[in-house]
Amino acid sequence: MMEIGLNHYLVLSTILFAIGLVGVMRRKNLLLLFFATEILLNAVNVAFAAISHYYGDLTGQMFAFFVIAIAASEVAVGLGLLIVWYKRHSSIDLDALTAMKG
Amino acid sequence: MFEAVAFYLFAFLTITMFFITVTTSQALYALSALAAGMIFISAFFFILGADFLGAVQIIVYTGAVMALYAFGMMFFDTTREVKEKQGNKYIIVGLSTLAAVLVVVIFAAPMVSENIVALYPAIEGVGNTQEVGLILFTKYLVPFEVAAIMLLVAMVAGIVLAGKKMDLSITLMNDAEIEEQNNTKVLS
Repeated sequence: MMEIGLNHYLVLSTILFAIGLVGVMRRKNLLLLFFATEILLNAVNVAFAAISHYYGDLTGQMFAFFVIAIAASEVAVGLGLLIVWYKRHSSIDLDALTAMKG
Repeated sequence: MFEAVAFYLFAFLTITMFFITVTTSQALYALSALAAGMIFISAFFFILGADFLGAVQIIVYTGAVMALYAFGMMFFDTTREVKEKQGNKYIIVGLSTLAAVLVVVIFAAPMVSENIVALYPAIEGVGNTQEVGLILFTKYLVPFEVAAIMLLVAMVAGIVLAGKKMDLSITLMNDAEIEEQNNTKVLS
């Protein structure tokens, strides 16, 4: 119980990933959907760092580093698109996003 | 002992903060809770000995990404409530099943990977930042440079998108109006 092992971190990562998944499924506000995506990426980063520590391998930390870089560029492009969408429709409701519906 | 206390404390705080993020109806509370959760995530990196990653987490996530989100929130009318109604039941059931399978896979992963050997083992007597630097600029140099170019492209794309004039929307116009718009553009 007092010894923190790899399983503890994997359980924590799973819980955080589940919270993010619930956010992605349930929210209709596009900005909060972005927040939920950030939670998903952070949950994966915790798993990467924990595996990197317990197997004594630095590749996990490298991947977490690249995940952070990906997340930063995702925010830059996503927020630009969101601003364009808001300027056109004055709403960030996911249900109003029907322009590409067939 | 100390490690266990720190782990449980920060696990509780992180889960609470991220739970607030996905359940609150106020976008500003969600942003603040998310920023706090990001800082608590960096605590796990420090506990795990990944000092460089923890510093990057604080600088990039809570410094840059959260500032960008706060800046973006100024454009939106977040005080107006977005209607939250339940979507398709089948999609939720399907995604929940997928999440359950994911949990099983994650629990099974340490059992099936008993005889893993480290590809880039940690170097003794060297700080974490130095180790990361050694690997980043030898084995992972090309992905590192590609990530740099990707960030540059994303930055330019963000500026171009956000700075665009959006006074007319072609998707909301009918064909006659678009034709008229094109004619005036040709004449002027």
